[in-house]
Amino acid sequence: MAAVTQGLGATAALSSANSEKFQLTTRRSLSGRKGRFFIFESNGNPRSGLNRQINRTRQFFTNAVATKPDSAAASTLSKHGHELLLFEALREGLEEEMDRDPYVCVMGEDVGHYGGSYKVTKGLADKYGDLRVLDTPIAENSFTGMAIGAAMTGLRPVVEGMNMGFLLLAFNQISNNCGMLHYTSGGQFKIPVVIRGPGGVGRQLGAEHSQRLESYFQSIPGIQMVACSTPYNAKGLMKAAIRSENPVILFEHVLLYNLKERIPDEEYVLNLEEAEMVRPGEHITILTYSRMRYHVMQAAKTLVNKGYDPEVIDIRSLKPFDLYTIGNSVKKTHRVVIVEECMRTGGIGASLTASINENFHDYLDAPIVCLSSQDVPTPYAASLEEWTVVQPAQIVAAVEQLCQ
Amino acid sequence: MVKFTSDLKFMSEFQEERIHCYRVLDDCGQPVSDEFVQIDEETAMKMYKYMVTLQTMDTIFYEAQRQGRISFYVTAIGEEAINIASAAALHMDDLVFPQYREAGVLLWRGFTLQEFANQCFGNKYDNGKGRQMPIHYGSNKHNYFTVASTVATQVPHAVGAAYSLKMDRRDACTITYFGDGGSSTGDFHAALNFAAVMEAPVIFFCRNNGWAISTPVMDQFRSDGIVVRGQAYGVRSIRVDGNDALAVYNAVRVARKMAISECRPILIEAITYRAGHHSTSDDSSKYRPVEEIEWWRVARDPVTRFRKWIEREGWWSAPAESEIRNDIRKQVLHVIQNAEKVEKPNVGEIFTDVYDVPPSNLIDQEKSLRETIERHPQDYPPDFPTS
Repeated sequence: MAAVTQGLGATAALSSANSEKFQLTTRRSLSGRKGRFFIFESNGNPRSGLNRQINRTRQFFTNAVATKPDSAAASTLSKHGHELLLFEALREGLEEEMDRDPYVCVMGEDVGHYGGSYKVTKGLADKYGDLRVLDTPIAENSFTGMAIGAAMTGLRPVVEGMNMGFLLLAFNQISNNCGMLHYTSGGQFKIPVVIRGPGGVGRQLGAEHSQRLESYFQSIPGIQMVACSTPYNAKGLMKAAIRSENPVILFEHVLLYNLKERIPDEEYVLNLEEAEMVRPGEHITILTYSRMRYHVMQAAKTLVNKGYDPEVIDIRSLKPFDLYTIGNSVKKTHRVVIVEECMRTGGIGASLTASINENFHDYLDAPIVCLSSQDVPTPYAASLEEWTVVQPAQIVAAVEQLCQ
Repeated sequence: MVKFTSDLKFMSEFQEERIHCYRVLDDCGQPVSDEFVQIDEETAMKMYKYMVTLQTMDTIFYEAQRQGRISFYVTAIGEEAINIASAAALHMDDLVFPQYREAGVLLWRGFTLQEFANQCFGNKYDNGKGRQMPIHYGSNKHNYFTVASTVATQVPHAVGAAYSLKMDRRDACTITYFGDGGSSTGDFHAALNFAAVMEAPVIFFCRNNGWAISTPVMDQFRSDGIVVRGQAYGVRSIRVDGNDALAVYNAVRVARKMAISECRPILIEAITYRAGHHSTSDDSSKYRPVEEIEWWRVARDPVTRFRKWIEREGWWSAPAESEIRNDIRKQVLHVIQNAEKVEKPNVGEIFTDVYDVPPSNLIDQEKSLRETIERHPQDYPPDFPTS
């Protein structure tokens, strides 16, 4: 693991990720997935919730200390692939899908010539025109409603919330119509929308722009939720979400848009319901997603130095949970720490804790520990804001406590 | 080009005169002017028959609810002209986004009486698979989008669908219906604004029937009805006599042409009266005088008014009237009896269509439910369909 964690140490600051070192982390997960690229392309349907077991070409690492990555694999990959930032990866995924299917369109505030508040849609209006990349007036409930109407008529809209928090205004349409109309119409009308945007706690954006909407949306029947965390999974999840026949909410994080990574040149689409094995281990399972993945990996570095062997899983799929991957991990390590950015009450962590307890109770040697943000609105002052979010030191302390 | 003025003058909150209301036939079914586009006998007769059918269907289904045979019902009594005439002026390719008082539009499009009954009874032939309350009809075959209970959420849907039609350059428009109450919502406001900005081919049809449950229009808004709001958003608009079938027909026909050829939204405010209660959960005599209800129901009945015109044209007669009413009444009673006997949807339908393919948690939940039913059959109705 030494090579891997070395690379991850550099990403801790989050402001600049050294692309070379990032390459080391992702290569491991890529080699496990290589076979899957072609499976997705040939059947055209990346969603294989029930067929997951067949598609898996997973390698399980049994060594506590990882060996150096396969140099052959390393050299082939460094010749191929291209480097980009996470927001560019999202754009690439979106653009590829817009090229592939003329019914895919984008709507949101300032997504057109302005290119979106985080530049995810930059250049798309020039390429596809003002109608296909639509600037909407300010009324989230209504343009989400518009997208639903368009979807029921055959389009595949990608709705951008300028900040996920603004989608609270769209709650009525998302809950009552988006999630429901396929069901209440008896399957007659489908709603293949993607709702995406930046969320999470940023740097001093204030309470209203630091919402974690996955907490509020998780109960809505009929929708799926995924959270991306790397350029690789951002592009793959974007493509999968667009191709899905169900409404999907894709959560991006304000602080992760400038992460750099080398991603494959070949087309790939990820599975919406699959979690990502970030670092296999034996002693304890750490479940996380989005930005907290990086805090966890930073804590993992410290933990390894102290002699622990944590298994880190980025759950990615927030609804439904990938209980297969999570379950296998729990059965192996018997200890679970969940690290999330949601607030303590009613967050993804709360649901995940309940789910694991219910399904894998016998395999747990200790109660699940869930590290979340406090139940407070996010303060503006930098020092205060920092401590509302789970920090690596807390993660290390929790693991040490649990592994006593 | 905005001109400057040195007059410190505020625009009045009210125009001198209220916006005029377009009508073709007066209260006695007599044409008010010589110039109107004549509709042919076939269309007029079809319209009349469907208006009678809607009226009959509403009366009998309402009674069925009172007898406890269905749980809920909403009538369109007093709004038959709006329902049928607007539907008649549209084409089948036009997409309809209803609120909940527009069953007549679906009726015109070919939804059968049996299908209406099946939905109200939520039986296994309901194409909504028993998932929605009565009157929440939906049929993609008829381009009629499933009714949702939420007020005015369909208005932005219609704009989105119009946007989709525009992208495809289709020779069709969308139409969405809502009431005077629905026009107060945020969704109405934004949808009109969007449609104007986006130049979307959508007809916004407001059924101003005077009441939003117990709230009269005086307490709903202070503008001159809904028609004046059109201009506020840059949307062409018209006020029509909603109880005049020919006026509604003409207005929608022309609106459709404008919407499609000029790619613009149109707002139609149809003035009418909700002669029935809001729904079977309401008794409107509690908040409005019974005399008022009766007067609108009898003296201003849109079906009677249209009948007077077709009788004058020589296309209709009293014997024909009683024959058709008896015939339809029999049909409606028959479909209700049929629908009542059909079994309900299978318990598995609780879990399908939430997603395109049931995820593992729903598969588990279905398994758990079925096990419970098997273990405790006495706690479930004997005719509960599990297979």
